[in-house]
Amino acid sequence: MITAVLKKYRLEIIFVVFVVAFAALFLYEQNVQTQAHWEGSDDQGSAAIEATGYTPWIQPLWTPPSSEVESLLFSIQSGLGAFVIGYFFGFYRGKRETAKPE
Amino acid sequence: MHIMEGYLPWQWCVFWYLVSAPFIIYGIYLLNKQVKERRETLSLLAVSGAFIFLLSSLKMPSPVVGSCSHPTGTGLSTVLFGPIITAVLSVIVLIFQALFMAHGGITTLGANVFSMGIAGPLLGYAVYRLGKAVNLNIFINVFLVTAVADLFTYVITSIELAAAFPAAHGGFMVSWMTFFAIYAVTQIPLAILEGVLIALVFKYIIQSRGDILVKLGVLTQEQVNKILGSFS
Repeated sequence: MITAVLKKYRLEIIFVVFVVAFAALFLYEQNVQTQAHWEGSDDQGSAAIEATGYTPWIQPLWTPPSSEVESLLFSIQSGLGAFVIGYFFGFYRGKRETAKPE
Repeated sequence: MHIMEGYLPWQWCVFWYLVSAPFIIYGIYLLNKQVKERRETLSLLAVSGAFIFLLSSLKMPSPVVGSCSHPTGTGLSTVLFGPIITAVLSVIVLIFQALFMAHGGITTLGANVFSMGIAGPLLGYAVYRLGKAVNLNIFINVFLVTAVADLFTYVITSIELAAAFPAAHGGFMVSWMTFFAIYAVTQIPLAILEGVLIALVFKYIIQSRGDILVKLGVLTQEQVNKILGSFS
């Protein structure tokens, strides 16, 4: 019984184990690396470029006025992606259910 | 993450635009052909694009390094539709982020498309074909393709930056090590997690649209039946 469930959901179990391990490692490292800022690798990269004496020759056409507005836009991007994924997986499931012989 | 607006000298911007353009033009042709001749694959195309949208919006901490980056999400599309169509899907996401979030940039678009849309997926696709040739378990194969496409994207980003900004002492190699440590090392834990996620998603795709996977030549009907049987 239990082995059957483990077999059926083995990929889900592996995924959850990895997510938990990732989160646990992050929480551990957060306490260990007190000097870490957790900023974006692109910010670090740009800082490394500026350290060579380079100044960007063009600015973005439009920049979100605050990190709140920026995170809103990133959330909209996630939301759009998740909506399309959920829509089609729901559609596939509905199709499968109706195709099942009574 | 992507190279920011203005952070590549204009000569390099032009260079990477020229390198990427043929792939994109050919990709648009292939995409049109795919949509016209294989209408039934359209929904999976949308799902693949949506995964690039979703995953590349998630800025995640990278535990070992103490910085943040986001996955690329290009693995699924690479397995299903190949690297050239993946390049076109990536362009859409990169333009969206450059215009609305000031993330990446229009001048650096060519370089960012080459790393995320072309080089990463191309190497991922090579891994996929190799895995197929040696009859590797499809879920392990999808995991490897996704992780490689993600990680290699940022190996290329660091090469692009090292080429544009060679160190005064030591030149390209010294500079590459700097950018590699920033971009590629940050990406390792994220690439692994992304690979595991897409491998799981692949199970749902086999369960939902095994028929299309057979048509796309990803799996044979016998393989689909065998995999479905192993999960019941």
